[in-house]
Amino acid sequence: MASVTVPQTARRGSVRVGDTAFRWLALASGMLVLIILALIVLSTTNQARPAFTHMGLDFFTSTRWAPAEDRFGALDFIYGTALISVLALVLAVPVSLALAIFLSEIAAPRARSGVVYAIDLLAAVPSVVWGLWGFIVLRSPLQTFYGWLSDVLAPIPLIGRLFEGGLRPELRHRRHRAGADDHPDHHLAVAEVMDTVPLAQKEAAWALGATRWEMIRGAILPYSKGGIIGAVVLGLGRAMGETIAVALVIGSSAQITARLFASGDALPSQIANQFNESEGLFRSALIALGVTLFLFTIIVNLVARAIIVRSTRHLKGVAL
Amino acid sequence: MSATTIAPSSPDSPPTKRTPPANLARRRLVDRAVTGLIYVAIAIASVPLLLLVYFVAVKGAGQLSWSFLSEPLPVSARRSGGGIAPAIIGTLLTTLLAAVLAVPLGVLGAIYLNEYGKTSRTAALLRFLANVLAGVPSIVMGLFVYTIFVLRFQGGGRIAFAGALALACLMLPIIIRSTEEMLRLVPANLREASMALGASQSRTILTVVLPAALPGITSGSLLAVARAAGETAPVLFTIGFATQTNLNPFSGPNTTLAQFIFGNAGQPFPAAVDRAWGAAFTLIVLVLGLTVGARIISARYTVR
Repeated sequence: MASVTVPQTARRGSVRVGDTAFRWLALASGMLVLIILALIVLSTTNQARPAFTHMGLDFFTSTRWAPAEDRFGALDFIYGTALISVLALVLAVPVSLALAIFLSEIAAPRARSGVVYAIDLLAAVPSVVWGLWGFIVLRSPLQTFYGWLSDVLAPIPLIGRLFEGGLRPELRHRRHRAGADDHPDHHLAVAEVMDTVPLAQKEAAWALGATRWEMIRGAILPYSKGGIIGAVVLGLGRAMGETIAVALVIGSSAQITARLFASGDALPSQIANQFNESEGLFRSALIALGVTLFLFTIIVNLVARAIIVRSTRHLKGVAL
Repeated sequence: MSATTIAPSSPDSPPTKRTPPANLARRRLVDRAVTGLIYVAIAIASVPLLLLVYFVAVKGAGQLSWSFLSEPLPVSARRSGGGIAPAIIGTLLTTLLAAVLAVPLGVLGAIYLNEYGKTSRTAALLRFLANVLAGVPSIVMGLFVYTIFVLRFQGGGRIAFAGALALACLMLPIIIRSTEEMLRLVPANLREASMALGASQSRTILTVVLPAALPGITSGSLLAVARAAGETAPVLFTIGFATQTNLNPFSGPNTTLAQFIFGNAGQPFPAAVDRAWGAAFTLIVLVLGLTVGARIISARYTVR
C-alpha cells in the first residue's frame, strides 16, 4: 500500500505533514500501554519500598500480619489467594467446558443466542453485587451446612485435622463466590476456541460412525486443548485479582490465624478492607501486597499466553 | 450410516451381513449420559444466576421510588430514608469521564497496531503489553492511581477524576483489543480504493476505515464502559466519599453505586442493606442497558 504513488498536488506538503503527525499520534497512543505498565511498576514499588526494606524477605515467608506491631508477613494471604483461585477454577472449569460444548455442538442456533444473552447477563452483574448476594443470602445456610460438615468429618483422622477448631465458614463462602464470578467471559472464550475446529475433522469423525460424544472427545477436545488450557490459566489470573466479592463475604474483621489451612485472607480483599484505615508503614505494606498480587497475576498471564501461542497457532481471531 | 460400516468388534462376520457394531448400544448410552451431564452442568451454572436475579429483583425493585433515586445519601447508615442520587450521578460522571479518556486513546492505539504497525516488532510488543495490561487486577489499578495521582494532592486528590483515571486504565486495553479486531475485519480493497483515489493514509483511515468499523468499535467500547461502571476496587481509594451530589469531577470527593453497595452491604442495619439492594438493582439495570445496547448495535450494523 505504501508503494501507491500519490499524484502531485499543491497541498501535498501539508498532507504529508498531517499524515506523519497522525501516524505519530497513533504510535504515541499505542505506547501509552507501555507507559502505563511501566508507571504501575515504578510507582507502586516505590510506595511499597518502606515495607519491603522493613521486612526484607520475611514479607513473603512470614505468616505474621500484625500492623500494630509493624510486622507484615504476607504468606497467609498469598496462600489464601492461591487456594481460593484454584478452588474457584475447580468449580468453574467443568461448568465452562460443558457450556462451551453445549454452545458449539449441541445447541440449536436460536438456543445458542439465548444462552449467550444469559452469559451476558451473568457478566453484567458487577462483582460487588455477587458479594452483596453472597454476604446476605448465602451466609447463614452455608454456616449451618459447614457446621454440619465439620461435625461429620471431625472424627475421620486425617481430614478431621484439617477441620480442627471449626471451619471458618467465610473461607468456604469465598470459594463459592469466586467460583460463580470467574466464569462468564470464560465460557464464551472456550466456545470460540471450539468453533475453530475445522469442519473436515468433525465430518471425518461422523463419517467413521462416531457418536457425538466420541466426535467431541476424538476431534474437538484434542484440537482445542491448548486454547482451553490457556483460557483456564487466564481465568486463574482473573480469579486471583477478584477483590470485591471476596472482600465482602469476609467482612472487614481481620482475624489472623497462624495455622495454614484456616489461614485468613486473599491479597486483594485484604487491601480493599484495610487500606482506608491505614497509614504510614501499614499503608506501605498494603501497597506491597498489591505489588505482590501484580507480580503473581503477571506471571500467571504470561504462562497462559505462552501456552496459547505455542500450542494454538490456528486459533486466529479468538479473543482470549 | 452405521448399518453400512463394518463393525470393528466383529471382524469375522461376512461383509455381506450388515450388522450394527456390537457395542453401539453402549456407545450410544455413553453419548446420552455425557449429553445429560452437560445439561446438568448448565443447570448448576444457572442456579446462582437465577437466584441472584430473583433476589435483586425482589429486594431491589421494592426499594425503587422517585425519592430513592433523587434524594441525597442518608447521613447515617442506621436511619431509613434517603436516596442514592449522588451515587448514580457519581457513577455516570466517573464512567463518562473514563470513557472520554480511554476511548479515543484506545482507538488510536488500535489504529497504530492494525494500520501502521501490523506485524512489526513494535506492534507485536504493544499487542503483548496490552494483553498484560488487561490482566492487571482492578485493585492494583486503584493502588496505582492512588500512588501516582492522589498522593500528589494531599487531601484534595480524592476526586471523581482520579477514579476516572483508574477506570480508564482498566478500559484502555479492552478497547484496544476489540477495536483492533474490528479494524481487521475492514476489507483491504476499501483501503486500496481510497489510496488509489489519491487519499493519504491518514485520510483513508479517518474517512474510510473508521466509518466502516464504527459499529463494532462502538459496541466494544460500550462493553468496556459497562464493565467499568460496575467496578468497585479502582474507585475505592481514589474517589473518596460524598453524601451530596458533586457535579465537579476535579474538586471534592464523589461516590459511585458500586462503592455505595460495598459500603452498605456489610452494615448491620436493615435500612442500609435495603439501600444496597436498591442500588444493586439500579446498577445492574445501568450495566445491562449498556451491554444490551452494545449487542444490538453490533448485531444490527455489523458489515460481514
